[in-house]
Amino acid sequence: MALLTIRNLCVHYGAIQALHGVDLEVQEGQIVALLGSNGAGKTTTLRAISGLLKPSAGDIVFDGQSMVGLPPELIVKRGIAHVPEGRGIFSNLTVEENLRLGAYIRTDTAAVAADREWVFELFPRLQERLGQNAGTLSGGEQRMLSMARALLSRPRLLLLDEPSLGLAPQLVQAIFATIRRISQDPARRTTILLVEQNAHMALATAAYGYILATGQIKTHAPAGELANSDEVRKAYLGVV
Amino acid sequence: MNDLFQTFVAGLRLGCIYGLVALGYTMVYGVLRFINFAHGDIVMVGAWLCFIVARAMHWTGFTAHPPLYAAAFVLLISMTACALLGWLTERLAYRPLRRAPRLNVLIAAIGVSLFIENAGQLRFLFGTEPQAMPSLLPRAQTALITLLGVRITVLDVVIGLLAVGLMIALDILVFRTRLGLAMRAVAFDDAAAALTGVPVNRVVGMTFIIGSALAAAGGFIFATEYHNLQQPAEMSWILLGLKAFVAAVVGGIGNIRGAMVGGLLLALLEQFGGRYVSNDLRDVYVFAILILVLLVKPGGIMGAQVTEKV
Repeated sequence: MALLTIRNLCVHYGAIQALHGVDLEVQEGQIVALLGSNGAGKTTTLRAISGLLKPSAGDIVFDGQSMVGLPPELIVKRGIAHVPEGRGIFSNLTVEENLRLGAYIRTDTAAVAADREWVFELFPRLQERLGQNAGTLSGGEQRMLSMARALLSRPRLLLLDEPSLGLAPQLVQAIFATIRRISQDPARRTTILLVEQNAHMALATAAYGYILATGQIKTHAPAGELANSDEVRKAYLGVV
Repeated sequence: MNDLFQTFVAGLRLGCIYGLVALGYTMVYGVLRFINFAHGDIVMVGAWLCFIVARAMHWTGFTAHPPLYAAAFVLLISMTACALLGWLTERLAYRPLRRAPRLNVLIAAIGVSLFIENAGQLRFLFGTEPQAMPSLLPRAQTALITLLGVRITVLDVVIGLLAVGLMIALDILVFRTRLGLAMRAVAFDDAAAALTGVPVNRVVGMTFIIGSALAAAGGFIFATEYHNLQQPAEMSWILLGLKAFVAAVVGGIGNIRGAMVGGLLLALLEQFGGRYVSNDLRDVYVFAILILVLLVKPGGIMGAQVTEKV
C-alpha cells in the first residue's frame, strides 16, 4: 500500500476552485515529483496535505489514516513535514532556535541529537552559523535551514516546495544531490514528494512523476518515461 | 535634590504599573498583530478583584493584622481570575475572527472593552461607587529607609520587587523556554510555526493568559499604592490602559523589553512633567511623546525596523 494516497482532492479559495479532483499516490521510500506550470495547483496540493488548507472534497490518506480536518501541528506529529515555498524560516530567531523548533514535537532527545548530527553532515554550513540570526543567512543557506528544520521532526514523508527556486545553478545541483542523500539514508527512509518547476532536474532525481495542469493530474508515469516523452515535454514542461 | 528624588521614586512606582500593563499589549500585538483594547479593562478587573478579596478577608477579621501571605493570596486570586478572563476573551471574541480582516478584530476588542466596563458596574460585581482599598501589608507605610530625604516604604520595596520579578520571569519565559520559542515563532509567522508542530491556538491562548495575569499584577499595584478605586467605567481606568498602550508603542510594539522600558520612561516623564511644568498637563506629555515617537522613530525606541515580508 502507498504511504500517501490522495483521492479526488478539491480545494477552493473562496469561489475559485484551485484543485479539481487530484488523484496521487506516493510509495514508501520513493521520491515523487509533482510538476506543472505556475498556477497549476502544486503548492495548493502540498498545503492541503500539510493541513494549511481545508479541502472542499476528497481524501488524503497517510499510512492508512485520513489526514483531512487535522490541524497542521497534528499532521507534523503523524510524520509529514512541509518545507514551504520561499525561505520558510524564522528570521527573527537564531539558526539554533530554528532547528530547535524543528524538533519541537519530539521528546526522544537522544534520537534528536543523532538527527542533528546527520543534518549537520548534510548541511555543514549550518553548524558554523548556529548562533547567528537566521535572517542574516544567504538565500541558499536559508533554504538549507528550512530543509534541516523539517528533517529534525524525523518525517516519514517530506514535502518540498520548489527547493531550487531562485538558487544559483551550482547550488541547484547541490540541493538535488542532498535530496537524493536524504532519500537514500538507510536509517531514516524518508519518502519525498517534490514540487518543482525545474522539471529536468526533478525527473532526473525522482522515481515517479505527476503532471498537474489547471488543478488536475494530466498524466503520471515513471520519471524516466515522462522525461523522454516529447508530448509531455512540449505540452507541460516548457522544454523544447 | 530631595524633591527631584521624590519625583523619581513616584515615577518608578507608576512605571511598574505601566510596564506590566504594556507587556500585555505588546505580547498580544506580537502574536496576533492587533491592539487588544480590552486589555486596560483587565487591569481594572484585577484591581477591583484585589479589593473584593481584601474586603472579604477584612470581614473575616483576617486583615486586622494582615500577615504577608494575605497580600500574596489577594494577588494570586486576582492574577488567576484575570488570566481566565483574558483567555475567555480570546476564546470567545477573538479566535472566531482569526481569519477575519484585522479591523473586525479591533472592533470586537472595543466591544469586549465596553462589555467588561459595563458588566463591572453591576451591583453584584463591582458596583458604581468608588471604593477605598484596605491596607494589605503590615506596616506598609513604615519607612524602610530614608534616602535623600525620601521615605522608601515597605510597600514600595515589595511592589518594586514584585514588578521587577515578574518582568524578569517573563523575559526568561520568552527568551529561554520552549513556550517562549513557540511564542516568538508564532509572532513571526503562525502558518510556518504550525508546520513545525507548534500548537498555534494554545500558544495564543497562553499569551492572553500571561498578559492578563501581568495586567492583574499591575492592577494589584495600582490598588495597593493609590488606594482609591474609581468605578469600573471611569475615565481614569481608560486613561491608564491608554497610557500603558502608549508605553508599548513608545518602546516598540511587539518588543517585550521595549514595553518595560517604555512604561518606565513614560511614567518618569509624566511625573517630572507634572511636578516641574504643570500638573494639569500630565496626560498631554504622554500623548505628545506618542506623536513624537511615531513621527521620528515609528518602530519605537527599541523596535526593529519594519520589513515587509515578501
